[in-house]
Amino acid sequence: MKSSKEIFEILKDEFGDKILELKEDIPVDPYIIVTPDSTEKIARFLHDSSDLQFDSLMVLSGVDDNNPVKTKNEDGTESLSGGTLSVYYHLYSIPLNHKIVIRAVTEKENPMVQSVESVWKTADWHEREAFDMVGIRFENHPDLTRILLPYDWDESSFPLRKDYKNPEFYQGMKIPY
Amino acid sequence: MSIKTEHMVLNMGPQHPSTHGVLRLELELNGELIVNVKPHIGYLHRCFEKHAEAMTYPQIIPYTDRIDYLASISNNFGYAVTVEKLMGIQVPERVEYIRVIFGELQRIASHLVAIGTYGLDIGAFTPFLYCFRDREKILSLFEMTCGARLLYNYIWVGGLSHDIHPEFVRLTREFLNYFRPQVEEVNQLLSYNKIFIERTANIGILPAETAINFGMTGPNLRGSGVKFDLRRNDPYSIYDRFDFDIPVGDGRMGTVGDCWDRYFVRVLEIEQSIRIIEQALDQIPEGDVSSAIPKRIKPPVGSVYGRVENPRGELGYFLISDGGLNPFRLKVRGPSFVSLSVMGELCKGHLIADVIAILGSIDIVLGEVDR
Repeated sequence: MKSSKEIFEILKDEFGDKILELKEDIPVDPYIIVTPDSTEKIARFLHDSSDLQFDSLMVLSGVDDNNPVKTKNEDGTESLSGGTLSVYYHLYSIPLNHKIVIRAVTEKENPMVQSVESVWKTADWHEREAFDMVGIRFENHPDLTRILLPYDWDESSFPLRKDYKNPEFYQGMKIPY
Repeated sequence: MSIKTEHMVLNMGPQHPSTHGVLRLELELNGELIVNVKPHIGYLHRCFEKHAEAMTYPQIIPYTDRIDYLASISNNFGYAVTVEKLMGIQVPERVEYIRVIFGELQRIASHLVAIGTYGLDIGAFTPFLYCFRDREKILSLFEMTCGARLLYNYIWVGGLSHDIHPEFVRLTREFLNYFRPQVEEVNQLLSYNKIFIERTANIGILPAETAINFGMTGPNLRGSGVKFDLRRNDPYSIYDRFDFDIPVGDGRMGTVGDCWDRYFVRVLEIEQSIRIIEQALDQIPEGDVSSAIPKRIKPPVGSVYGRVENPRGELGYFLISDGGLNPFRLKVRGPSFVSLSVMGELCKGHLIADVIAILGSIDIVLGEVDR
């Protein structure tokens, strides 16, 4: 059984600057922030390493961090742009009985995170859901399609983003409410 | 000489009597053998997570009822435990005991549906009626307590909506005494039935390693022989005080991790739930059930992942709070959603008729798959 501090040290030794920060000061679960371009390698290490043995991915969640940058336009109005999206990986090791939360932060403009489907098969549907709801694209995912929403849902509309607006039309039909 | 043949695609559902709801399975067939199964879900999507972001914390509880509508109390339980963990609320002893009793009664009720409908899928109609007869009695106990038979809104953050009825303890004991022999009846009718065994043993074998990698939990994981139960391995509430066994599949009728094992783990779990309820009824203290309910639920900034052992497996809530009156993000990890993703893997090489047996054995509730 390892604490999140120890797990952070192990990851830091192995991956260096790909591991950004350990966030411990807020309740309840501490998490480790990593760069989105190396999640597959990190996941593979977490899964295979004999000290860690994270054999179970409890849940993978896509989150809109709702932190857009305010810019003043020339005419005095303000507009919002940018911000980040996050993927949270909640991992658990059945043999060693320890947990860790990994968070990968990616830009909202072009959200791209490496898929961990090859490490934990259960990530397949979770990643599809994160793509469907928050619009995070997962590199090397075998079948990144919508899962809960209809396949013909508007390509650039992701309901769990904080700036989501209810559509007025669906497939040319007026939505009456 | 071998003749090259094209695979045929067959749609099963969305309206199919044995898919337990609205689910479409796209079967790729080579003759009558399954090459691949692709589930298409989302027909029951009700935007739970989007709704939750616009609700206050207590308002979300009735919505959690509807995630897995066959185990509503367990969903309330998980949500309450998660929010309490973030806020650091200690609930009174009496509340803990009532929660455990209701959680386990709900587990029995839910497993009875699973067992009954599984028999129905395979073609045995009678056990279904026996199971539902007994389930009704449990629902009556719930109705006596909170007035509802299916969607209870019973377990609140910090407490319960009502205290139990003065007669509840006596009637529950009476029910358990009546119900214990009925489990044997189900075994004689269904579990050891030759036709049932022929249909389920050695079908849909799920090895332990694959099960863990696919994130299977609950009876589906234990059916593969993994002794893992959140009530024991990551205890929440007061489950560490009770004495109970964790049944696992042992390949008695065929191979470890086949449909029969997954089915039979549920039967055995009913007996363990009875044991837990009896212990809890003996120990239940007096007290107030609403003293710890906060006037205003406003958790601190932070995030928490709470998980509980639902009848169908690990139900997890990932809650991010920004310190406001409604959650910043509430993600639900439904056990059925995860279990369904293993369908393709389980069905490969089996016959079409076995798809029904396999789907029934992983016991999904579409309300929870789609949320």
